[in-house]
Amino acid sequence: MKLQSRHLLGLEGMSKEELTLILDTAVSFREILDRPIKKVPPLQGKTVVNLFFESSTRTRISFELAERRLSADVVSFATAASSVSKGETLKDTARNIEAMKIDMVVIRHSAPGAAHFLSRVVDANVINAGDGGHEHPTQGLLDMFTLREKFGSLEGLRVCLVGDISHSRVARSNIYGLRTMGAEVSVCGPKTLIPRDIERLGVRVYHRLEDIIPHVDAFNVLRIQLERQKSGLFPSLREYHRFFGLTKERIDRAGRPITIMHPGPINRDVELSADLADGEHSVILQQVTNGVAIRMAVLYLLGASN
Amino acid sequence: MKLHLKGGRIIDPVSGKDEMMDVLVLDGRIEKLGTSLTADPSFTVLDLKNKIVAPGFIDMHVHLREPGYEHKETIESGCAAAAAGGFTAVCCMPNTNPAIDEESVARYVREKGRQVCDGIVDVYPIAAATKGRQGEELAPMAELVEAGAVGFSDDGSPIASAEMMRRALEYASMFHLPIIQHAEEPTMTKGGCMNEGFTSTRLGMPGIPAVAEELMIARDLLLLRYVRHARYHVAHISTRGSVEMVRTAKREDLPVTCEVTPHHFTLTDEAVSSFDTNTKMNPPLRTREDVDAIKEGLRDATIDVIATDHAPHTIDEKEVEYTQAPFGIIGLETAIGLSITELVQTNVLMLYQLVEKFSTNPRKILSLPAIKIAEGERANFTLIDPEVRWQVDVARSRSKSRNTPFHGRQLRGKAIGIINKGKYVLF
Repeated sequence: MKLQSRHLLGLEGMSKEELTLILDTAVSFREILDRPIKKVPPLQGKTVVNLFFESSTRTRISFELAERRLSADVVSFATAASSVSKGETLKDTARNIEAMKIDMVVIRHSAPGAAHFLSRVVDANVINAGDGGHEHPTQGLLDMFTLREKFGSLEGLRVCLVGDISHSRVARSNIYGLRTMGAEVSVCGPKTLIPRDIERLGVRVYHRLEDIIPHVDAFNVLRIQLERQKSGLFPSLREYHRFFGLTKERIDRAGRPITIMHPGPINRDVELSADLADGEHSVILQQVTNGVAIRMAVLYLLGASN
Repeated sequence: MKLHLKGGRIIDPVSGKDEMMDVLVLDGRIEKLGTSLTADPSFTVLDLKNKIVAPGFIDMHVHLREPGYEHKETIESGCAAAAAGGFTAVCCMPNTNPAIDEESVARYVREKGRQVCDGIVDVYPIAAATKGRQGEELAPMAELVEAGAVGFSDDGSPIASAEMMRRALEYASMFHLPIIQHAEEPTMTKGGCMNEGFTSTRLGMPGIPAVAEELMIARDLLLLRYVRHARYHVAHISTRGSVEMVRTAKREDLPVTCEVTPHHFTLTDEAVSSFDTNTKMNPPLRTREDVDAIKEGLRDATIDVIATDHAPHTIDEKEVEYTQAPFGIIGLETAIGLSITELVQTNVLMLYQLVEKFSTNPRKILSLPAIKIAEGERANFTLIDPEVRWQVDVARSRSKSRNTPFHGRQLRGKAIGIINKGKYVLF
C-alpha cells in the first residue's frame, strides 16, 4: 500500500485506505516520541525546506521536529526574512530554492491552491501546511488521529466543528477526512461565517450550540479572528462568546462527557472557556503531540516514494 | 483583388438569405451573386463547398491593451488574432493607459487599427463613459463620437454610482449609442476570485456572488425605464437571474441588449478546482444551472451577441497564486470553434442564428452599417468551415499572450478566412 500522489495537497479525494495508512503509520511514530532517543534514520540525506509565507509557530515547529526526528536536513524560511518582500514571485522563490537541490517542500501560504501551484512548478514532494481557507491536511489528520486514539474508531463518530467555517482550512480538511472515514460531521456557527451550500459536503448545519450539544461526541473548536468583526461578519467578541463560545456550563447540560479539541492558538474565554480548554475532556495537548507523529508519517510515506 | 467564391453557403440575416451561391468579388465589392457563376481566369477561385460565407464577424468586446500595456497585447497582435479567429472587426475596451476617455486616444487607436494587419480588421473603440473610468465625471462623449467611438463603457469596473449611470445613459442617448455595463455591485465582490457557491465553499476560495451582478442589472433596468430613449447593453452576462431579468425587460420593450462570452457557456466554476489561473475571469465561471440558462437565453434571443472579452495577460502575470492572478483569458481565436461546438453541434443555435449573434446584432447595437451580401455591396465576409475538427494549440496563437483554459481542447468548426477592404486572408 502506497499513497496515490507524491504530494500531500489536501484530504479531499483521498481514499479511506490512504488515510488509514497515514494514521496507522503515525501510530508507530507516536511510540517513538515516548522513547528516550527520538531520532530515526528514514530521511537521512534528504533535504526538506519549510516555506512559511504566513506566520505560524506551532505548525512550523511541529514540522521541523518531525523532519529532524526522521534525520532530514532542514531549512526553514519565513516571509519576513525572504525575498518575497522584495517582490519576487512564489514561482521564482520556489524554483530558486529547488535549484539548491532539495527533496521536499512544506508550504504554508495565505492563498488557496498555493500548494497545488507549487506542485506544478517544482519537482520536489510538496506538503501543504495550510493554504488560505482551503485545506490544512496534516491538521485534519492529527485531529482524526487524536479522535481515533480516544474513541478507537472514527466510524459513526459524531464530530462538530464550531466557529468560522467560511475561512477555515482546518474545517475543510476535517470535513473531507472525517467524512471519508465514516464519521458524522456537523458545523455550528453564525450564519455569516458558514459558507454557502456546505450541506452538499455531507455535513449538517447548526446555528445554536444547544441544538447540537445533545448529538455530539466531540467538538473541534475553531479560532475566531477579530478581523472578521471588522469586515462585518459578526458584531462583537462578547456576543460571539455568549452565543457560540463553548463553556463548561453549556457542555455539562449534556450530562455526559464531550471531547474538546482546538487547533490552536486559543482565544481563551472567547471561543472556548479556560476551564474546558484545561479540563479533563480536553485533548488539545494530545493533538499537539500527535501532530509531530502525523507529520513524521506523512514525510516518511512521501519521502519513501522518491 | 478578384475573387470567385465558389459553391459556398451564403448566410446573410440582413437580407434573409440562406442558400448556396457563388460570389464574384471585384475591388472590394460584390460584383455578382448567383448560382454556378463563371468568371474569367483572372479571378482567383476559392472552393467553398460545404463552407459558409457570412457577413464579417465583429467581436464587440476585446481588450487590445494599447496604449499602456503593450507587453500583454498590441493593436497589431490583437488584430492578427482577430483575423485568425475570423473577425473582420473588433471593438476595443477603454481600460488602457491612458484610458480611451478623450479624443486623442480614440483617434490613436483607430489610426493604429488602420495601419496594422493591412487594415483588414476594423478597429472600433469603445470609449470610457466616465473620465479615467473613475465613475465620477462624464467623459467627453460628443468628442469621442467624432473621434470614432461606437459605444461607452467603464468595462473592468462597473458604473457604480446610480446618479452617474443615469447621466451617462441620458448623455449617450443623444448619439444613439449604448452604455455597456460591466454589471457588478462592487461592495459585494471585494477580494472575490471565483463564483460564490458550492465549489468556492469546497475550495475555500473568496467568492463573487451571482447576486452582485444581478443587483446592478436590476438597478440599471429601473434607470433605463426612467431615462427616456437611452440604450443599455449588458457586457458578459453570466447568471441565470441576469438572463431572466433581461428577458423580462425585453418583453416590456426596454432598450436593453446583452452579450455572453464563449467561456461562460462552455465552462462551469468546477473548472476552478484545478487552481489553474486561466479559469479566473470576471465575471467568474458560474454553475451548470447558469450555463443552461445562458443557452436558453441564446436560443430565445434574450442574449443578442456572442463576444469574447478577449483579455490578454502574460504568462508571468498569470503564473502566480490564484488570488493574486489578474482576471481574464484570451478568446478571439477560439470563439467560433467553441460556439459551433457548444451551441450549433448541440442544437442550441442554428448557424443562421450564430451569424446574427456574431455579426448582425452587434453591428445593430453599435449603430454600425449593416453588412448585406448583395450585388454592389462592400465585400466584408467571414468564411467558415463548420465541420472541421481541430485542436486548440495556444503556442500557435497570434496573440501576444497565452492565457486560455482551452489549450488542447478538441473543437468543431473554425474560420478559414476573412475578406474585408478589398483584401483577404485565408488560414
